[in-house]
Amino acid sequence: MSTINKSATQINATILSNKRVGAYHQILLAIGDLASVCKPGNFVAISVGGDSSRMVLRRAFAISRITHGSASGGAMELIVAPHGSGSRWLCEQSEGSEIDIVAPLGKPFGIPTQPVNALLVGGGYGSAPLFGLAEVLKARGCRVDMLLGASTGSKIYAPLEGKRSASTLKIYTEDGSMGESGRVTAPIRDLLAQGAVDVIYSCGPMSMLRAISELTEGTDVVHQCAVEESMACGIGICMTCVLPVKNDDDSISMLRSCIDGPVMDGSTVAWDVVGKVPPAVHS
Amino acid sequence: MSNQVIDLSTTLGNAWFPAPIFTASGCASSGKELSQFFDLREIGAVVTKSVMNKARHGRPTPRMAETPSGMLNSIGLQGPGIDHFLANDVPWLLERGAKVIVSIAGETTDEYAMLARKVRAVPGISALEVNISCPNVENRGMVFACERESSARAIDGVRKIIGGEIPIIAKLTPDVTDITSIASAVVDAGADGLALINTVLGMVINLDTMKPHLGGKTGGLSGPAIRPVAVRAIYQVHSAMPDVPILGMGGVSSGRDALELILAGASGVSVGTASFGDPTAIPRIQRELAALLLARGFSSIKDAVGYAHRDEGM
Repeated sequence: MSTINKSATQINATILSNKRVGAYHQILLAIGDLASVCKPGNFVAISVGGDSSRMVLRRAFAISRITHGSASGGAMELIVAPHGSGSRWLCEQSEGSEIDIVAPLGKPFGIPTQPVNALLVGGGYGSAPLFGLAEVLKARGCRVDMLLGASTGSKIYAPLEGKRSASTLKIYTEDGSMGESGRVTAPIRDLLAQGAVDVIYSCGPMSMLRAISELTEGTDVVHQCAVEESMACGIGICMTCVLPVKNDDDSISMLRSCIDGPVMDGSTVAWDVVGKVPPAVHS
Repeated sequence: MSNQVIDLSTTLGNAWFPAPIFTASGCASSGKELSQFFDLREIGAVVTKSVMNKARHGRPTPRMAETPSGMLNSIGLQGPGIDHFLANDVPWLLERGAKVIVSIAGETTDEYAMLARKVRAVPGISALEVNISCPNVENRGMVFACERESSARAIDGVRKIIGGEIPIIAKLTPDVTDITSIASAVVDAGADGLALINTVLGMVINLDTMKPHLGGKTGGLSGPAIRPVAVRAIYQVHSAMPDVPILGMGGVSSGRDALELILAGASGVSVGTASFGDPTAIPRIQRELAALLLARGFSSIKDAVGYAHRDEGM
C-alpha cells in the first residue's frame, strides 16, 4: 500500500495542439521537465471549466504518450472522448490556452526488465495509455500484440496509431462494424493456451478487466490492469475511488485507485466485491 | 499599506494556531498527501479524517457524484481505527511541525469516551473534534447531532475524559430545525468550541440505472453550493453564543469565502472540497484572506471575527 504520489506536481500547461480524431480528441500539452517523471499508466488530473466553473472537481485522464526533447521541452498526449461536460470543455480548448494540471498521478504499469511477450488489451477509450506503453515495451525488446475492442467501429481510437506502435493489432467490435465481430476478450483464451503471452496489460471497462482476470486465473501470466473508478481528487485525499484488493492473508482492503492504482495486479482485485462492502475488518 | 503587517494567528479555546485556514476533516486524509504540495506548517492545522475505534471499510462505490458547484460523498468513515491512526499518522504530522486536530466519530456514547481517552494519552495534539454529525453512517437515525439530548450525551462522555487539557470542538450538522438549540446543548455539556457545518444530506439519481447513484444511496453535499448555509449557521450560532469559538467550514474556495465565514463569527476556517479541485487551495486562500483583511483595515483575524454582527441589538 502506498501513501502518496511522490512526483505529482501542479502546473499550468499550454495546449500545443488539439485535433479531432474520429470520435476522440488528441490533445498535446507542453509539460517541460515533468515529462521525465511520467510513465505509461500514470494519469493526469485537469481542472475544467475555467475560474467561474460550477464543475468543482478535476477530471482524470490516462496519459496516452510522453514525448521528450522537442523545442518546447517534454509533451504529454491525451486521447479524450468528449462525452461529459468536463471532457467537452477540455476538447473545446484551443491551441495556446493554458490549463491547470496535476501529474503524474497513480501507479504506472510495471515494465519487465527482460524481453517478454506482451499482450495489450484496450476497451473503448480505455485504450489511450496502451500506445505509449507499447512503444516503451518495444524499446525493451518485447513482442507487443494489441487487441482493441469497442461496441462499434467509431469508438476505436486511431487504428493506424495502434498498428504503428504494436507488432500486431486486432480489432473487435460488438456490432461487427470494424475488424472482427465479438468481444475483445474472445481470442485471449486461445492465446493463453498457446503459451504466446507472458504479460497482459489491459485498460478499459471493469467488466473487461474482470473477464481477463478470470482467464488468467491459475496461469503464470501476469495481468496488469488499469482500473477506472470515479474519483474526486486524484491525489489520495477524498477516499472515493477505492477498490477491494485482497491481502496476503485473504482479508480485503479498500485501496485508493488514484494511489495504489490505477494499475493493479488483476489477480489481487476482489472483483466480486467491487461495488459492495467487504466483510468487516478484523484487527 | 504594503508594509502593514497582519496577525493571522488565531485561537480555538485554549489552543493557538499560527494561521486561520485549516484542512476539513475527511478532506485531507491524514495530511501526508497534501504535504507534497505545500508545507503543512504554513496552515492553521491539519484536521484529520474522523476516526473510529475499529478499522472500517466504509460504504460501497460509487462514493461520489459531482453536482452543480458541489459534490456528494458517501465514504462511510473508512479508516484504519484509532490505535493504528494514533501510532502512525499523528506522530508523522507532529514530527513535521504541523498542528493537529484529531477528529473522532463513534457509534455509541461509550465509543466517543473511549476514543477521547486514547487521544488524551497522546501528547502534542492541539484539539479534539468530536464529529457527532457524520451523515454517512448506516443508520442516519443515530446521528447524534440531530437531537439535543444525544448530542449532549456524546459530548458529556468526552468531557468526563478531557478536563480542559485540549479544547473539545463539537461538529454539528445543519440538517436540523434549529442549530442554535443543538449548539447550546453541546456547549452546556462541555464543548469548548463548535465546528460548523458538516455536509448537507443529499441524493442524486442516475438516469441510466434510474436508481440512486451512490452506493450508500444518500451522501453529504459539500462545495460552494452549501456556503450560504454555512454562513447562515455560523451567523445564527455566533449571535446566540458570541463567546463560543467556531471553526467554520462549508464551500470555502477563496479568500473572500473565508472572510465571509469569519465575519459571520468563525475564528478559523476549514477547507475541504476545494482541496479536491486544487491541492494548493489552502495556502492560496490564506494569502487571499490576508490581502482582503488588510484592504479592509484589519490588523488581526481576531478583530474580524463576528464583525458582521457589530450593529446588532443597538
